[in-house]
Amino acid sequence: MIQQVQNPILEIHDLSVSYDRKPVLWGVDLSIPKGALVGIIGPNGAGKSTLIKSIMGLIPLNGGYVKLFDKDLDDVREKVSYVPQRESVDWDFPASVMDVVLMGRYNKLGLFSRPRKADRDAARFALEQVGMQEFAKRQISQLSGGQQQRVFLARALAQQADIYFMDEPFAGVDAATEKAIIKILKDMSEAGKTVIVVHHDLQSVAKYFDWLIMLNLRLVASGPTDKVFNEKLLEEAYGGKLTLLTEVGQLIKQEKFPGIEK
Amino acid sequence: MNDLIIIATGSLVAISCGLLGCFLILRKMAMVGDAISHAVLPGIVIAFYISGERDSIVMLIGAGLIGILTTFLIEFLHQKGKLQSDASIGVTFTWLFALGVILISYYGRNVDIDQDCVLHGEIAYVPIDLWITEGGTNLGPRVLYVMSFVTLAIIVFIKIGYRGLFFTTFDASYAAAIGISTVLWHYLLMGFVSLATVASFESVGAILVVAFLIVPPASAYLLTNKLPKMLMLSVVFGVLSATGGYYLAKSLDGSIAGAMATVSGLLFALTFFYTRLKANPVTSSSPVLQES
Repeated sequence: MIQQVQNPILEIHDLSVSYDRKPVLWGVDLSIPKGALVGIIGPNGAGKSTLIKSIMGLIPLNGGYVKLFDKDLDDVREKVSYVPQRESVDWDFPASVMDVVLMGRYNKLGLFSRPRKADRDAARFALEQVGMQEFAKRQISQLSGGQQQRVFLARALAQQADIYFMDEPFAGVDAATEKAIIKILKDMSEAGKTVIVVHHDLQSVAKYFDWLIMLNLRLVASGPTDKVFNEKLLEEAYGGKLTLLTEVGQLIKQEKFPGIEK
Repeated sequence: MNDLIIIATGSLVAISCGLLGCFLILRKMAMVGDAISHAVLPGIVIAFYISGERDSIVMLIGAGLIGILTTFLIEFLHQKGKLQSDASIGVTFTWLFALGVILISYYGRNVDIDQDCVLHGEIAYVPIDLWITEGGTNLGPRVLYVMSFVTLAIIVFIKIGYRGLFFTTFDASYAAAIGISTVLWHYLLMGFVSLATVASFESVGAILVVAFLIVPPASAYLLTNKLPKMLMLSVVFGVLSATGGYYLAKSLDGSIAGAMATVSGLLFALTFFYTRLKANPVTSSSPVLQES
């Protein structure tokens, strides 16, 4: 079930992505309404992170296009924020919490100007929102996993964007942090911001999100949670056996090395 | 006076390499610095052959271009060729380095350039290699001018590009997401590493440049978790290595560049034991040791 919306804030048309000629996303076609709190769910290797990375222009598309606010990403970058997976960076890097949160200000500021008072205030306010104001001067190597995730969230908040993409913000964080983060996300959505989150835990899906994108290499469903979060579609997304598409993907990859079997 | 010139040259090499090296080790690309320092060899030889002299800008540019080509090849083999990154580094720089060695032995018969000089450098010759203008005025050691210029260029680059380097090093995907070109900063950094390597090869040699690129920043990394402080400390370690190394070499009557690299290694060892000691004081030695 794929529900398209009028005047979408995010529109993806016939998107296909592959790694090493092995397709990881096929013909994804969806649209998301403004202000939605969206969960992207699907089994491991379903292409969840790939989907948001391709929206952010971090990996090349094989086909299709992505429109944000009915424009290309480059025209609206200021309004778009991204929270990468926590493990994607080295937390032993010699930087302070403030250094990291201030990164969120530079697409307004430009790389070559110093942060002004307004930027520091925005960064401090973002830290307050995630309950980390005490930690501004702390070195990031001294943070716990949950605190690292809060810092990443604060950096995105400091950007004051209109649409946020988050790659597994709940992975490996403590219960208190998870609760704090979901509260912030819900507040953001109520304030009219659109938040799109890669999520792993099926238990909390219905509680957290009002819109779901279900993936398994292709798009299984996209629509309001109460309409798509049902057994039939979940089975389609998580189904026990390898889907035909995975097998085709494997075959195409092997094709690249015809010499192996001979 | 000669002492001072040699120490100053060594320090300038150490400063320019140390500043760039901080970003290399934070990017986990220390070995790319190693690769570049070797791979610029054919660039040096070809530029030398074409221009026929050592002090030409052609040489800096030629070797700088080869340095960027090296990084490009490494990336290409890794990304497109699906080769492990350490294997692509190994393939690229040994091959280019070998090409340089062959070129030297072939052209070396006709021109004044030899393997030893390029590989190990001879910092002791710096004071006698003077820049004399056409009119005959003696302006002082030529290498000192080149190194001062390169060091200044690197300091300016890091000062202006600090945030670009910091962002793309710490979190490349976020940097890309807010519209910063990670590719551009990657090649800028590598371009400057090539420049530093080429400029330093005459004084400390293509091989020992690696010591200055990596060892002082590694010591600094152990001592601090603030990036500006790490940059400052690697400059301090670099200058100490150059100065200490010169006097070590003088007392042993040995290779100056070798002694400088040795001192930087000793300083690293001291730092390492100091930080270990601070982390686990001797009094609380591990229970396993006490049992045995």
